[in-house]
Amino acid sequence: MRALTYHGKMDVRVDTHPDPAIVNPRDAIIEITSTAICGSDLHLFDAVIPGVLKGDILGHEFMGIVVETGRDSTLQKGQRVVVPFTISCGQCFHCQKQQFSACDNSNPVENQDLTQPLYGHPMSGAFGYSHLTGGYPGGQADYVRVPFSDVGPIVIPDGLDDEQVLFLSDILPTGWMAADNADIEPGDTVVVWGAGPVGLFCAQSARIMGAEQVIVIDHYPHRLDLARGLGCKIIDYSQTSVLEALMEMTGGIGADAVIDAVGMESHGWANFNLVDTLKQKIGIGADRGGALRQAILACRKGGRVSMPGVYGGMLDKFPLGAFMEKGLTLKTGQTHVQKYSHDLLRRIQEGEIDTTFLISHRLSLEDAPHGYDQFRNNQNEWTKVILKPGMEKAKTTTVKAEGSHA
Amino acid sequence: MDHDRPDPPARRLMEPMMVAAAMTLGLGALAGLAAYSVLAPARQARQARPRADDAPGRTAKRSRLGDYAVTGKTVTIAKPRAEVFAFWRDFSNLARFMESIEAVTQGADGIQTWTIKAPLGASVAVTTRLVNERDGEQIAWRSTEDSAVDTEGKVMFRDAPAGRGTVVEAIISWKPRGGEAGRLLAMLFQQDPTTQARRDLKRMKMLIETGEIATSRNRKEAA
Repeated sequence: MRALTYHGKMDVRVDTHPDPAIVNPRDAIIEITSTAICGSDLHLFDAVIPGVLKGDILGHEFMGIVVETGRDSTLQKGQRVVVPFTISCGQCFHCQKQQFSACDNSNPVENQDLTQPLYGHPMSGAFGYSHLTGGYPGGQADYVRVPFSDVGPIVIPDGLDDEQVLFLSDILPTGWMAADNADIEPGDTVVVWGAGPVGLFCAQSARIMGAEQVIVIDHYPHRLDLARGLGCKIIDYSQTSVLEALMEMTGGIGADAVIDAVGMESHGWANFNLVDTLKQKIGIGADRGGALRQAILACRKGGRVSMPGVYGGMLDKFPLGAFMEKGLTLKTGQTHVQKYSHDLLRRIQEGEIDTTFLISHRLSLEDAPHGYDQFRNNQNEWTKVILKPGMEKAKTTTVKAEGSHA
Repeated sequence: MDHDRPDPPARRLMEPMMVAAAMTLGLGALAGLAAYSVLAPARQARQARPRADDAPGRTAKRSRLGDYAVTGKTVTIAKPRAEVFAFWRDFSNLARFMESIEAVTQGADGIQTWTIKAPLGASVAVTTRLVNERDGEQIAWRSTEDSAVDTEGKVMFRDAPAGRGTVVEAIISWKPRGGEAGRLLAMLFQQDPTTQARRDLKRMKMLIETGEIATSRNRKEAA
């Protein structure tokens, strides 16, 4: 099969690999019909996440057709499924508590030894990411082996296009859980840092959950336009003094809840981000936390901090005093996708949630390296890239980055 | 193409470990902690202060009993105690999750011979005798006098609180072949009892809870 393969920093290629097969009783093999490039794939592309090896197949947002099932799989050949990016057994202590992304049993034991000393506990398995999360081959490929296929994949009813449901794999539930973690109350102002796909879904979710106003912060005009199209207010941090503006836009109270949908590769030079960037460049496992620092300062006393953005290492200059003295609450974590799948599918079917508005490009799998390059370097217009293994090479379709949706 | 000539398995394993190690070591904030953990045991040994906390003895910074090395590991399995005990008591199950066990043969008088993988492709025959068994609670064994390795151990089972299943606690002491240097060498090859106990218990948990052992391999045979 063909698959997008990591070769090194900013070097991904489509190579030929052996087809996957059933290995464990609960496995299924999925033929991929659609897969997407995630913002967190760019962390791998930029080589700021450790444990990604040459030859690894990337991709953790994917869906397709069941073509083979193991003895204990509950799926049937021919079913159309979306697969959560987190691999979860469904039976351990954490899965039973619906903390699916904390599954004890999905990361092979040899790989658990890698994150135990770093984080105190081993991480769970995930598709197409680092060997810290199991080194599972990902879904930017013709086929993928799905372990625990009786727990993760959600069967899609007829009548829904791939693009309406593909993001159930990661970014839609990730945005939804981040808004859920913000514990939104009536009258709340929710502020979202980052108008990437996750940030936009955070904003959309916060509005559905009843926030009085949602303010989205970024510096790419087209991405801010998408946020405005969702009924949000926007702040361009390259033009506006963010902290002052947020106080003025909230009657001098500050944000009731703040959401960091940026993560470890924060842009800009303020908030100590320059120092973080230099440390990251020389490879000492530092995260860039400019957005998070600002979010904590912007959060009102007794407010809530929700952090869906990805971090991997250590952060200096964390405003711990502000965090403690204001009595803030922080909730974060990889997404417990399976907890939200069915509810979100229902909301898509009922037309409450549209996930297609942020798709900007559709490429053949063979053109995936071009997609990585553009998604990284042309962030204003390339908001979300979908890869189609069935599509002919170089038949890219583009939704032009036009102006406002408002 | 590169995928046709995969990196040797050892290198594929070592690389992320080295990345993890470098990441940990490279952090200035942790240097102090590292220095503390190296220096503290020596200081503690000099003072010979009696232990005054509730932690298991094997977690002391000096965990040796004379020439014996001691290791222990605890895991909680979300299944009833009777089921977990019965799984272990069926010794044919052990080779399913113990990576280093090549074979177990049952002899007369409760004597068992374990063929265990050792560093550098060697194997060691260990003969043990059950010395204590309490149904649903404990299984203890000791090596016989003619065993190639001098070792004893026990595995204990107790109910976890609030219906969380069963706590399984394994303690193994052994006289390392080649003394302390031999123990470090085995550790380097990830074939020391500490590494193996940690991984084996996690594999057992996977097998009992989910019916299978997680792997990221895409095919049964090496691709």
